[in-house]
Amino acid sequence: MSMINYASREINCKLVYYGPGLGGKTTNLEHVYTKVSPNTRGKMISLATETERTLFFDFLPVDLGTIRGFKTRFHLYTVPGQVYYNASRKLILKGVDGIVFVADSQLERMEANIESMQNLYDNMSEYGYDLTKIPFVVQYNKRDLPNGSPIKDLQAQLNPGWQVTDPARQKVTPDPFFPGDAIIQQLPTGEWIERAIAHEAVAVQGDGVFETLKSVSKLVLKTLG
Amino acid sequence: MPGASSWSFREEDSKLITGLMDGLLRETSVRSLLLVDRAGQIVANVGEAPQFDTQAFASLTAADFSANDQLAKMIGEHEFSSLFHQGEKESMYLADVARRVILVALFDNRTTLGLVRLKVKATVEELTRVFEEMFTRAGTEAPKIEGFGGKEAEDEIDKLFGD
Repeated sequence: MSMINYASREINCKLVYYGPGLGGKTTNLEHVYTKVSPNTRGKMISLATETERTLFFDFLPVDLGTIRGFKTRFHLYTVPGQVYYNASRKLILKGVDGIVFVADSQLERMEANIESMQNLYDNMSEYGYDLTKIPFVVQYNKRDLPNGSPIKDLQAQLNPGWQVTDPARQKVTPDPFFPGDAIIQQLPTGEWIERAIAHEAVAVQGDGVFETLKSVSKLVLKTLG
Repeated sequence: MPGASSWSFREEDSKLITGLMDGLLRETSVRSLLLVDRAGQIVANVGEAPQFDTQAFASLTAADFSANDQLAKMIGEHEFSSLFHQGEKESMYLADVARRVILVALFDNRTTLGLVRLKVKATVEELTRVFEEMFTRAGTEAPKIEGFGGKEAEDEIDKLFGD
């Protein structure tokens, strides 16, 4: 729910980092927090258990700068990844403007990724939001680990794409981050599909964190035009 | 953006809202009044400037209200339209406005809960009218900003991200 205040010329947008437990959502925010100048970010709030598992959410406000004379501020939220916290996870999605799905690349976490993605679709549709129509980016985290699934498998399982029905948009669009692949493409069946933009990351080292944030922020800002 | 309801308010809305809040401030002697939307963004603030991080405060307020809404449903209530958190010196009273924003009153022993509750109720009714009018006017369309769809805005966005 982007909020535009014409009096103070401010735009506030809400981004939510979603994904399975221990996938690196909080780590993404922590990296942004440590790298962004203290002048352009607020305090980071973490509602976590004693063992540092997210209980309700993490929150970090970041000022991006001025566009067309409007000060743009993004509010970054994470959700608790653990399955049994669904009630609080759903609350955080209220009024969301853009979503980052942080997937855990490890082979043994594939099922947890799929379950969390399904849960995201379910929770969004309960609010009447359509995930295929709002800014949505996928991040394949922990790419440095030896037991990582190949990107091809992760894309097939988590980001297979949705149907593109608008003829104006039915044109092959190369994927800027995975050369040789396409964001919008036609299947051998003749059906056109579009995938969410995806990034590889090693959030614990900061790799891919800002690239992901940039992608989703750009998509959100473009919806305001 | 389909689904996620966005909204915007003009300068005259802002004046009307802060005018009502100023009135409440005078009538109750609360220290500070904040208006926060349900997604956790601060809309307005009158009275003493809070010494804490207002953005963090707003996000926690929205979460607090949402969590309590769910608790209400569990015990068979539709909602808790107001919440009260009592501290040793400082207390806060939160009230729902039009199901979209939350009015928060921060007060100490210079006033009483009874007075705050009574006066907040009246102001909430007036604010509800203002917000409902704003939401009706805005409709369900996501707000657009003039010039945001153009090439120049896109360049500015790219520049912001160092592309």
